[in-house]
Amino acid sequence: MADYHKMWESLGMDLDLHDQLCEVLPQAFGDVYLSQENRPEGMDYFNFVVSEIHGVRPAELIEHQKKGGKVFGTFCVYVPDEIVFAADAIATGLCGGSQFWVPGGEKVLPKNTCPLIKASVGARLDRTCPFFRIADMYVGETTCDGKKKAWEILAEDVPVHVMDLPQMKRAKDIKAWAEEIEDFKNVVEQFTGNEITVEKLAASIRLINDKRKALARLYDLRKNEKLPISGKDALLVSQIAFYDDPVRFTNMTNELCDELDKRVKDGVSVFPEGTKRIMLTGTPLSIPNWKLHNLVETSGGVVVCEEMCTGTRYFENLVDETKNTMEEQIMALSERYMHINCACFTPNTGRIDDILRLAKEYQVDGIIDVNLKFCGLYDTEGYHVEKAMKEAGIPVLGIETDYTDSDAQQLRTRISAFIEMLNN
Amino acid sequence: MNYVGIDIGSTASKVVVRGDKDMHFVLPTGWSSKETTMLIKERLKTDGIDVESKDTKVIATGYGRVAVDFAHKVITEITCHARGGRELAGGDCTIIDVGGQDTKIIQVQNGVVTDFLMNDKCSAGTGKFLEIMANRLGITLDELFELAKQGEIIPISSLCTVFAESEVISYIGEGRPREDIAAGVIESVVMKVTQLAQRQTLAETVILTGGLSHSTYFTSRLSEKLRKYVMPTEFGRFAGALGAAYLAQEKQ
Repeated sequence: MADYHKMWESLGMDLDLHDQLCEVLPQAFGDVYLSQENRPEGMDYFNFVVSEIHGVRPAELIEHQKKGGKVFGTFCVYVPDEIVFAADAIATGLCGGSQFWVPGGEKVLPKNTCPLIKASVGARLDRTCPFFRIADMYVGETTCDGKKKAWEILAEDVPVHVMDLPQMKRAKDIKAWAEEIEDFKNVVEQFTGNEITVEKLAASIRLINDKRKALARLYDLRKNEKLPISGKDALLVSQIAFYDDPVRFTNMTNELCDELDKRVKDGVSVFPEGTKRIMLTGTPLSIPNWKLHNLVETSGGVVVCEEMCTGTRYFENLVDETKNTMEEQIMALSERYMHINCACFTPNTGRIDDILRLAKEYQVDGIIDVNLKFCGLYDTEGYHVEKAMKEAGIPVLGIETDYTDSDAQQLRTRISAFIEMLNN
Repeated sequence: MNYVGIDIGSTASKVVVRGDKDMHFVLPTGWSSKETTMLIKERLKTDGIDVESKDTKVIATGYGRVAVDFAHKVITEITCHARGGRELAGGDCTIIDVGGQDTKIIQVQNGVVTDFLMNDKCSAGTGKFLEIMANRLGITLDELFELAKQGEIIPISSLCTVFAESEVISYIGEGRPREDIAAGVIESVVMKVTQLAQRQTLAETVILTGGLSHSTYFTSRLSEKLRKYVMPTEFGRFAGALGAAYLAQEKQ
């Protein structure tokens, strides 16, 4: 990796602590990723992005700021990137996927907060995440109680705008979300000093739709019986989608898909025939959380789909590109985003329908329903997920875990036993 | 031919041999699965079974299964328990396995797993919990069960082994009879196992396996709480090793 210490120092980061993180990541990435056989060449780009994750993209964001542009840090797939990019600003994901940041979060948060929130707050307070340091504004949302209170802590030294996400899906809720998007548009316009015109928003809608289409294309390739790409690699692409420049990301993902198309034509598979096809459902897997994919894919299974925010919830459904007034565009945005089925909604039967549909599309042999520890919403909804899957005759294994490796062996036993069960 | 099933548990290592020879034995796992594995190999050798010969097939299971470097195949204890449980129950069943470091509920149909549940990584509701509490009371596990039979159950409400230990210490401080504390300790495990088991629909036949499987006191408490007869099994601690031995023969 190139030396970015100067940049990190100018961002006011804790260099000593951050160096510790930089030391462990390459090892983890090597063990989990580079040890795989027959990886597509198109993954080289994504390998590079990971190897420079706190360097190359942050440097671009800083360049953008030097030219007077703003950077918005976001946490959730409900926040419409379209609005940000339409104001010539950049939206980026923030840190939150490693145990490294958790103790920092625990300094201020209750122990029974989910690791994602703990890690995010820790990364911010310990000054070990360049994205948090760079972002001019954080955009939060009301998807769970833990996050709602975390925004108040994060708002102490960086402006935070919180979008109030409705928790039901009636017509009036979709209207309410459109109003929230309208408010967000006003905030972004004021903060950036750039007006969001119909033309600019239309271009931005196309930009983000193109990114969704590229991801959908990648995921479609995983529906093949012969798998041209591992679940781990596909997850990595999904994770990087939150950080990368959208145009470049779309191009690189499409290039990867061109290669995978050829693999499918040539009958290339990265797993032996009969490897059990697993879908993961539930809470998100933020970079560098590769724990479950690694366990599944080294225990005789392969992950073919993630019904997660780092997965289908991120890219499924497009925003209608045919609208030509601001009001209609914003309504189209609201409708698209309100199609995402998160466990914070009640009722949330759409999510069960999604899982059943995906299980068919991806020819799934079994489902692992994943819950990040202390996420009460997904944990409780797991009851309905398990029930519906059992009724449909799809084997399901419920797993609750966090970012530590302390349960890795126990999880390996469970996952191996689950795959043995599928092989019977 | 000999078919050897080796189950390296967190507390005890169990071995079952089927085929030309018919034998079983148990060793404490101790601190090193590797060393225990060597001891097992030697013990089998003195009984005329060479694990490296063509005439022997070995399947290893249990948390230390990867330490058995001479195994022909490694299978999880859940699959092995199901196969062994079928032999012990004589057919379809639900297995409640209370192990040294985890507790499992396994549904078995036609000798294979159809569903299972395992406790999260925590010693509450496992054999480890009983071991720690027996130590605290200065008695063996067998004595703990003997005492419990004569005692009145006193509540131990903590969900965490460390906190539960403090509760036991305060009972000791209050001068409560050891019998009552012993009964309370076992009831605490019964409650936790029941909570886990109630998440699934139990089969007609429910058997207990693992290190406590022969305890009729434990199965009677479990039966009452589950409102379903739980069958004790004399050979239950060997269920995993037995299943592994059967699978060594069947999984060619």
